[in-house]
Amino acid sequence: MALHKVLGTETEYGITIRNQADFNPVLGSSMVINSYAGGRARIQWSFEEETPGRDARGFGFEGAGPAELDSGLVNVVLTNGARLYVDHAHPEYSTPECYDPLEATLYDKAGEVVLARAAAAAQALLGDGERMLIHKNNSDGKGNSYGTHENYLLSRELPFNDIVRYFTTFLVSRQVFTGSGKVGAENGRPQVEFQLSQRADFFEEEVGLETTLKRPIINTRDEPHGDAAKYRRLHVIIGDATMSETQTFLKLGTAALVLAALEDGALPETLSLADPVGSVWGVSHDLTLRRPLELAEGRTATALELQWQYHEWAQKYAQGTDLDPVFERVLAEWEGVLTALESDPLSAADRLDWVAKYRLLLDYRERDGLAWDDPKAKLLALQYHDVDPDRGLYHKLVRAGRITRLFTDDEVETAVNRPPDRTRAYFRGECVSRYAQDLVAANWDSLVFDVGEEALKRVPMMEPLRGDRERVAGLLDQSETAADLVRALGGDDG
Amino acid sequence: MADQDRKQTRRGEAEASTEAEVVEEVDTTVGDELTERIDDLLDEIDSVLEENAEEFVKNYVQKGGE
Repeated sequence: MALHKVLGTETEYGITIRNQADFNPVLGSSMVINSYAGGRARIQWSFEEETPGRDARGFGFEGAGPAELDSGLVNVVLTNGARLYVDHAHPEYSTPECYDPLEATLYDKAGEVVLARAAAAAQALLGDGERMLIHKNNSDGKGNSYGTHENYLLSRELPFNDIVRYFTTFLVSRQVFTGSGKVGAENGRPQVEFQLSQRADFFEEEVGLETTLKRPIINTRDEPHGDAAKYRRLHVIIGDATMSETQTFLKLGTAALVLAALEDGALPETLSLADPVGSVWGVSHDLTLRRPLELAEGRTATALELQWQYHEWAQKYAQGTDLDPVFERVLAEWEGVLTALESDPLSAADRLDWVAKYRLLLDYRERDGLAWDDPKAKLLALQYHDVDPDRGLYHKLVRAGRITRLFTDDEVETAVNRPPDRTRAYFRGECVSRYAQDLVAANWDSLVFDVGEEALKRVPMMEPLRGDRERVAGLLDQSETAADLVRALGGDDG
Repeated sequence: MADQDRKQTRRGEAEASTEAEVVEEVDTTVGDELTERIDDLLDEIDSVLEENAEEFVKNYVQKGGE
């Protein structure tokens, strides 16, 4: 039986300050994150490899060098269990570990609210006429791309080569419903007026460790953030930042389901592509969704046909397996979107970013004769991703009833402040809420407390599904201070 | 696709009909309303769109990441 698919996303947001001639993105990102007034703890982020039970001194916080602690850049952990920090020259939000794709979609959306509020707060520090702008996008249109990564918990037993063989074609073909749309092409790809994905032009390899250049379809980074003997964390770097909740749910839900099927041996064929890299931008550049891709076996299939095949296998797999009911919803949304894209792509404008954006641009062409190479077309496509709810065009389309939502504002608000109940993120988020003063360092699989003793106390969290509400809420309620908590946990063996 | 419908009627071209006429001219009215709604939306978007698109788009440069 496949491992439960604990999952989450990481998003590097675009940042600029309008009318600031000497804008520095690193300083701007730090300003945004330091300005966030929501529940948070400003702490060190440790990159030390995990060794459960290791003495807190040995963990090396005191007197530790920069190799072990990322003290140079701003880092906060939020009460919802997420991480908000400066990565390269971007503000980045990593969702907490989520129990299912719907919850991960909710926490991904909560990240936009966090960034919007942080940007609004940072605005107070800017000069007259300057304006902080944050975009949840992946490209500046000039050949620079920044990432949106998905993470899925996999069994260490699944050979990595199987992921390469069986998952590549899924990732290439899913762009028909995962792209957030882009005007033009970059990185030396053939020019187009509009394409499905922001990221496709930047993928140059089939498999590899890189994320910043020569980007691969399958990324081999192996940081399980958990028990390395049992787990892998598949780091998917090929997706777009998505605004539409339905689209994020589809992106995460279909991948989680296909990976579960792969773990359980329920994908009968690899469906290998003759030219995977060329097919990435080939699919993205094909607005008709009808262009056939060459498969390695000499057959051809369109991206939609390939997705129908994965859907069929996933459906069959789900019928014979005791999966979480959320995957029934995944299958239904998946079928719905493939049907819509097949009959009339524009009919998916209520749930897919690329279609909503494309339709908006068509409306402008219709009314004003707006040309594809008009700077206004690029501006519209960019401002679609502005996280400011008053200026972002995604938000305008939602309010106009053109894009449907999965969540209420209240649900998102709860996710901004509160952690998921069913993963270790619950423990992390609650510790930030309750013991922020004594929390000195964290990473995904441990927390370090200073409880006033000589040694710092480290609490390892090597199991993504432990530290959940059911297991630890009572313990937390009984622990008034971090010292009480550490004592109750029995020292640093958590 | 629905674009053809939008071409036929622009905002303000058709005046409000009496109730009796509405029954016979449902399609036109729907087309009018759709065009009007789209016009309103685009007007609203124009009101929040960053000024000076050319300069803004030109200056929007990000560092690579990941």
